[in-house]
Amino acid sequence: MKERIVGILTELRPEFDFTEEVNFIEEGMLDSFDIVSLVDELETNFNVKIDGVDIIPENFSSIDSIEALLKKNGMA
Amino acid sequence: MDLKFKNKKVSGILTILPKRVVTFEEEMVNYNFPEKKSLRLKKVMGYNTHRVAAEGQCSSDFCIAGLQYLFDNDLLDKDEIDAMLFVSQSPDYYMPPTSNLIQGHFGMKNDIICLDINQGCAGFEIGLVQAFMLLEQESVHKVVLMNADVLSPKVSIHDRNSKPLIGDAASITIIENGNNNEEILCSVNMDGTGALAINIPAGGFRTPASEETAVMHEDEAGNSRSLNNLVMQGDDVFNFVQREVPPMIDHLLERANMSVDDIDWFMFHQPNKFMLNKLADAIGVPYEKMPSNIVENFGNASGVTVPTTISYNLGERLEKESFKMCMAGFGVGLTWSSVLMKMGYLKFNKIIEF
Repeated sequence: MKERIVGILTELRPEFDFTEEVNFIEEGMLDSFDIVSLVDELETNFNVKIDGVDIIPENFSSIDSIEALLKKNGMA
Repeated sequence: MDLKFKNKKVSGILTILPKRVVTFEEEMVNYNFPEKKSLRLKKVMGYNTHRVAAEGQCSSDFCIAGLQYLFDNDLLDKDEIDAMLFVSQSPDYYMPPTSNLIQGHFGMKNDIICLDINQGCAGFEIGLVQAFMLLEQESVHKVVLMNADVLSPKVSIHDRNSKPLIGDAASITIIENGNNNEEILCSVNMDGTGALAINIPAGGFRTPASEETAVMHEDEAGNSRSLNNLVMQGDDVFNFVQREVPPMIDHLLERANMSVDDIDWFMFHQPNKFMLNKLADAIGVPYEKMPSNIVENFGNASGVTVPTTISYNLGERLEKESFKMCMAGFGVGLTWSSVLMKMGYLKFNKIIEF
């Protein structure tokens, strides 16, 4: 799952290396509109619906947090 | 705050749109973002075209055009109007009230209440509640609610957060006493601690517009705007809406002893398709019951979006049929408000251009 998430992020912002262990939000790698686009891509690729109240920056700050978000919203 | 009314009805809705159509692609060149990224955003948010007022056109011009249309077509008698509510964030002047200007333009009677209300995204619901309260008075039989905003001149052309979604428009809604005993349930909520999440920093008395406030600044996301421009903390507004609106609707339905299935239409404010779909998911409303096609066609004109949604999606159907309708607005203030009522057999429900 992690590799697929990295792939989606890289497609969204090819200028950044999302395999680095940094905070994507604090480092400015994802802005609010990237998050909206990311949610759309994640929902399509993983066939889940992400709850609106979960669309907050901290849930998109790392690969682990995105993975946790997907699992919380129904990803097996 | 829970509110309840009886024996009131909406008897007509007219939406007035500017003729000028601007496309997302036309404006995209002004944004400091790669084209691919902007187009992806267009798809997810549902941006496409929006209506923009011509230079010099003010909110009152659209209201006057709409009222003139209703008078000319015998859909409204100006002598029967007991109150004029003008809900807007773009009045013609600091003073006098724009509602008085409109009343004066038509030479309406003097025993009338003219009232300007500074509200935006929830302005239709706030206006309906105010109209219902006025109609509790024996001397008030017919209220004209005017929602109008021409905010496009206040939005920077280099602001991708706001420019693609802002539209200009007005609506005129007639509210009067009815003879049915059916309850109208309303909810009004405010949180001024978040008041500056959507604001125009300069131009009022606190920070008058000046050469300094007109200087453009680039934010972290690459949008450029001055202090004279509208600024929206998109993340905060999105989170506020997702947190507050679903419980408000759940509570409204609970008070009515109804479920989502009992409601024919959820006519909500139209910030963007993404936010509306997330709200629909949270409340458990099928997308087809909650239209989200206004931003893509006309733009978000604050309190005008709910009447536009009703006019555009139901049109003449609402002149011949009746529906159980849940309306909700949320945004500037911060304000979130909703109205649950039966609406139908209107005298008119249409869109005109001006």
